[in-house]
Amino acid sequence: GGVCATQGGIHINLTKMDRILEVNAADFDACVEPGVRRKQLNEHLRATGLHFPIDPGADASLCGMASTNASGTNAVRYGTMRENVLNLEVVLADGEVVHTAGKRRRARKSSAGYNLTNIFVGSEGTLGIITSTSLRLYGIPEKVTSAVVSFPSIKAAVDTCVQIIQAGIPIARLEYLDENGIKSVNSYSGLSYAVAPTVFLEFEGSESSVQEQSDIAGELAQQNGGGDYQWASNAEERAKLWSARHNAFYAGLALRPGSKALITDVCVPVSELTDVLVETQEDIKTASFPNVVIGHVGDGNFHVAFMIDQDSKAEADEAKAFALRMARRALACGGTCTGEHGIGMGKIDLLREEFSEETLRAMWSVKNAFDPNNLMNPGKVLPEL
Amino acid sequence: MSLRVLVGCKRVIDYAVRVRVKPDSTGVVTQGVKHSMNPFDEIAVEQALQLKEQKLASEVIAFSCGPAQCVETLRTALAMGADRAVHVTVEGAEYENMQPLAVAKIMKKLVEKEDANLVIVGKQAIDDDCNQTGQMLAGLLGWSQGTFASKVDVDGEQLKVVREVDGGLETVQVSLPSVVTADLRLNTPRYATLPNIMKAKKKPMDKLSAGDLGVDVSSKVSMVGVSEPPVRQAGSKVESVSDLVQKLKAKGAIA
Repeated sequence: GGVCATQGGIHINLTKMDRILEVNAADFDACVEPGVRRKQLNEHLRATGLHFPIDPGADASLCGMASTNASGTNAVRYGTMRENVLNLEVVLADGEVVHTAGKRRRARKSSAGYNLTNIFVGSEGTLGIITSTSLRLYGIPEKVTSAVVSFPSIKAAVDTCVQIIQAGIPIARLEYLDENGIKSVNSYSGLSYAVAPTVFLEFEGSESSVQEQSDIAGELAQQNGGGDYQWASNAEERAKLWSARHNAFYAGLALRPGSKALITDVCVPVSELTDVLVETQEDIKTASFPNVVIGHVGDGNFHVAFMIDQDSKAEADEAKAFALRMARRALACGGTCTGEHGIGMGKIDLLREEFSEETLRAMWSVKNAFDPNNLMNPGKVLPEL
Repeated sequence: MSLRVLVGCKRVIDYAVRVRVKPDSTGVVTQGVKHSMNPFDEIAVEQALQLKEQKLASEVIAFSCGPAQCVETLRTALAMGADRAVHVTVEGAEYENMQPLAVAKIMKKLVEKEDANLVIVGKQAIDDDCNQTGQMLAGLLGWSQGTFASKVDVDGEQLKVVREVDGGLETVQVSLPSVVTADLRLNTPRYATLPNIMKAKKKPMDKLSAGDLGVDVSSKVSMVGVSEPPVRQAGSKVESVSDLVQKLKAKGAIA
């Protein structure tokens, strides 16, 4: 609900501001306007050997991604937008134009002034309007390999993932799909994955590095009782291996045609993930509608998608109750009630449980400093005190 | 037969650019506009590299003719994995008026100079859409040709080429030496990675002029004018079938 104009007002559409302003290949940075999308930038960069890897699963606007602190399946390797925005041009509520790190500055490190850049990243338009963003670029990996393994239990799958992270492997993608998810994809895409908790892995690096990483991960999987380690290195085969994970959302919806998905999102410390996930999967077994669990387990982040009848208040309430329990489970072990999907409108009240009143007051003082008249996307990000 | 492959790499306006016609209608705006390797030529380079990886080709030579900036295009080919590059310089008005026949003549000289036995080029360039150079070159050399290739297999002294044609797919067998033109589905070109981009800077790049090769690139074709397509006229909605019939009659579309 982050973009809903709950108090009416003016909706400013920046899609036509779509120039790629600068590309500095030698310094691995680029600057783009709001209308520039992720794929457009990467296509533009393709001959430089560089790319912007954050991939939230859609061809999203890069400034929009900055505004929502977007994350992606490879956050485990590259971080989220927070780690990759070097500078922003922002128009404030009073019309002043500010460059958060200084105009055209793109030093990798700086101790100058306050870190304004990261206050705006993730602010969902509540502090100002982003009109350009400078991004950190990365080299296109020399080699990418993918693997899929299924496990006899949820615990075995998640434990393996946790161990892969704890072994310090710089894994590029580490995704979990539960049995329901696999069943739905098998039926939706006509595939024949083993119906069991499944882990999808992707490794990036030099030829030798990728082999090493994959070997260690394969060993850990085996030790936890993992099944056949299916592995692929060419683009077509990798796409096939990962197609289950890519189609998971639509496959889930297809479990109950006509349904809408209510998607939850939590993030917990990796060492707590196994317990939280096992508990959550136990809890949702009792749901009266189909559900699928998808996890960016490398970050301790996972989603449950509930396929509900949107006209049924009973189902919506039931799904929200599951979501609330899930969020509280995450908060109880030092996690957050929103790993990457943002607060919008639905989770505002939970922030009172995630943050102390003091912290919320400190956040409000930032909001009041930048937007004393509460004109910028009012009613979002922070709950009323 | 170990293949020595010559690959044509044309520098064109990048496919993602919104092309604008110059105000004086003499051509399109190219100044300050992003250029890159013709996408079909990227596919050609990729095919040559795959042949090398399969140990069927011993050397891949990338070629481009045009102004100084063509060096960038050739560096991309080298970064993808080509062994050497040849830049044939053609500048200014001569370059702007250059026709596929001249390019084919240059390539013929290079084929002879480099002792190549396989030429792979994109099926057409995305700026002029001519789709002529490969075929003309084959004619000038007296070589076989496998055009619009979506699959190429080496079978001894022959190539089996699956061609994308209007009716579907046609498979032909051609004897080497041959000219192949690459179609969209032949392969997915690899990205140039940073270490390879660095290595490419050290790979050999020869520079020649068309004159050095004894080729006259002057054109018998002159560009009369370039204009944008007419602005699409708004249509109109009609309320009923009889309205529609009336309007069609008024336009003379039906009796």
